[in-house]
Amino acid sequence: MEKLYKFLKYTFIILWTVFIVAPFLWAVSTSFKDFQSVNSKVTYIPWLDFEPTLEGWRVLVKSPARGGVDIVEPYFNSIFVTCTASLISIILGTLAAYALSRFTFKAGFVRNNDITFFFISQRIMPPIVLSIPFFIFLSTIGLLDSLLGLVVVYIVLLMPIAVWIMVDFFNRVPKELDETALIDGCNPYQAFYKVVLPNSIPGLIVAGMFCIIFGWIDFFFAFILTFTEVQLLPVKVVALNSSITPWWSLSASALISVAPLIIVAFVVERYLSKGNLSGALK
Amino acid sequence: MNLIGENLTYKPDNQFHLNNVSFDFKKGNLYTILGRTLSGKTTFLKTIAGLLNPDSGNLSFEGKDFSKIPVWERNVAMVYQQFINYPHLNVYENVIFPLKQRKLSEDKIKTDVDEALKTVGLVGFENRKIQELSGGQQQRVALARSLAKKAKILLLDEPLVNLDYKLREQLREEFKKIFSKGLSSDAILIYSTTDPQEVMELNGEVIVLDEGKVLQKGPAKAIFENPRNLKVAEISNDPPMNILKGIKSSEKLIFENISIKIPAHFKNLEDQKYNFGIRASEIKLDDQGEEFEIELAEISGSETLLHLKKGDSKVIALIEEVMNFKIHEKAKIKFNENKFYAFDKEGELISSPYGDLNG
Repeated sequence: MEKLYKFLKYTFIILWTVFIVAPFLWAVSTSFKDFQSVNSKVTYIPWLDFEPTLEGWRVLVKSPARGGVDIVEPYFNSIFVTCTASLISIILGTLAAYALSRFTFKAGFVRNNDITFFFISQRIMPPIVLSIPFFIFLSTIGLLDSLLGLVVVYIVLLMPIAVWIMVDFFNRVPKELDETALIDGCNPYQAFYKVVLPNSIPGLIVAGMFCIIFGWIDFFFAFILTFTEVQLLPVKVVALNSSITPWWSLSASALISVAPLIIVAFVVERYLSKGNLSGALK
Repeated sequence: MNLIGENLTYKPDNQFHLNNVSFDFKKGNLYTILGRTLSGKTTFLKTIAGLLNPDSGNLSFEGKDFSKIPVWERNVAMVYQQFINYPHLNVYENVIFPLKQRKLSEDKIKTDVDEALKTVGLVGFENRKIQELSGGQQQRVALARSLAKKAKILLLDEPLVNLDYKLREQLREEFKKIFSKGLSSDAILIYSTTDPQEVMELNGEVIVLDEGKVLQKGPAKAIFENPRNLKVAEISNDPPMNILKGIKSSEKLIFENISIKIPAHFKNLEDQKYNFGIRASEIKLDDQGEEFEIELAEISGSETLLHLKKGDSKVIALIEEVMNFKIHEKAKIKFNENKFYAFDKEGELISSPYGDLNG
């Protein structure tokens, strides 16, 4: 029975892994093909099945004048916008979440839960509803088609995620921990950054991951709010597609698009599995 | 130069957590707050610490208005019933935390921390993480942190309640030692608990609290001997004191068709209805005694708690040996009539076996 269970378990894990990894392998192999190898017959293994070429990758760095699609600048634009917006969202969101978790607000009929819901409701709205207001807002303040404008929009999109995750996290940190810090001679600000914050690292990492992922994969707002001056990676990758679908360069660009997320996941995973807080606070 | 509270009242949402509480705590003394769960003990301690602001009343310490001083400048220490430590710091860093906050000199800090760790028996654990410690050890760290601080006011909020039985006994013994030698003469120690036995063992000044109200104040012995009313009698005894509704008529004390010869201290009582009180430990099994029906028998350690019933009267007897009883069987018991209390209809103590009602 034990053995059967183990057998089934590992079979499932292996099948699932194949299911997840296969598209990556397919993309890696395709990115080294040329027109001939993609369209003639089914091929899998480089050198054996087809002659590998770097053409798919070269197109990505060549300037448009020389028949390429330069994605280097959009790539760094995307990194800059995602990181800046995520960082600001985490800082503001954590402060807001701490206040919502620890202090009681009363303004008319508005209470803490209403404020928290207000933040989260920004994510409930379909993006299309936000697109026109954002467009008018950015064009009014003259930030349409600029990095700064994108950062502002992404903060609006990402901060609710940070608030949502951190409110939940702080609610699970006992109030007595802050109180002990106050009794031990910390003023409320010191209690926050000397005691509460160091114990909130797992929550901060989770919130940061979500912000980075949602910022990085956004296509919709990047597409609507930028034209020629500034372009972000997802928009540029789509622009690769022409009358003949260039599978090789599409694969290459897809691979370097997910690369940062994979790196972030590997770095962060070590901190998450530490379980810094588990069992410490009863 | 004492810690003085005057008519402290705290009632959020129109519910009394503290109801007109006054006290005068002197330095070098141990005070215990006895009350059931939700009686306002934690509110009482948090008010002194400054974590809560009373709605009305005055709180002063060393002649200064305490309510004007924020928590972090009050120089108090507090141990919670949950084991609250800083999980991101190790044992040593936990204990040193409040001292570093005060920016004292390194050498002094070091000796204070070592001394505190020695007092609670955690020498050698300095570099351990909090998560690696047992509940009892975690609570010792919290205690060490509050001792190292050498605070003028030390608050302990049911520090033993979340520990298992054995550890509780052991730590309680150590507490007595720590308090007897480790407490400097200019500190006030306030200890809250639900356990009457702890109160008796710590043997300090007792405040009995119920629904935010002070029911009785006095030395532990006085509370034990002369509980002012039925509520205090119930709170300050474990198991709670048995209360039997009955009447006194000339030489007899009558309840549920049982009549007992009155004890000497009841001689001067008027003949009327009373609530008679008797402790579980003053009821013994006796073949010549009265017949009661057994409702439940709890065996705890080396004792048996026998829940008995006759008519409308229920009593709990503490039998000092482990015996097997069958539920719904009859048991014959005898009351030690010399240890009867008498409370009037309003529940106030009228007569006590220890005499002197004002003591």
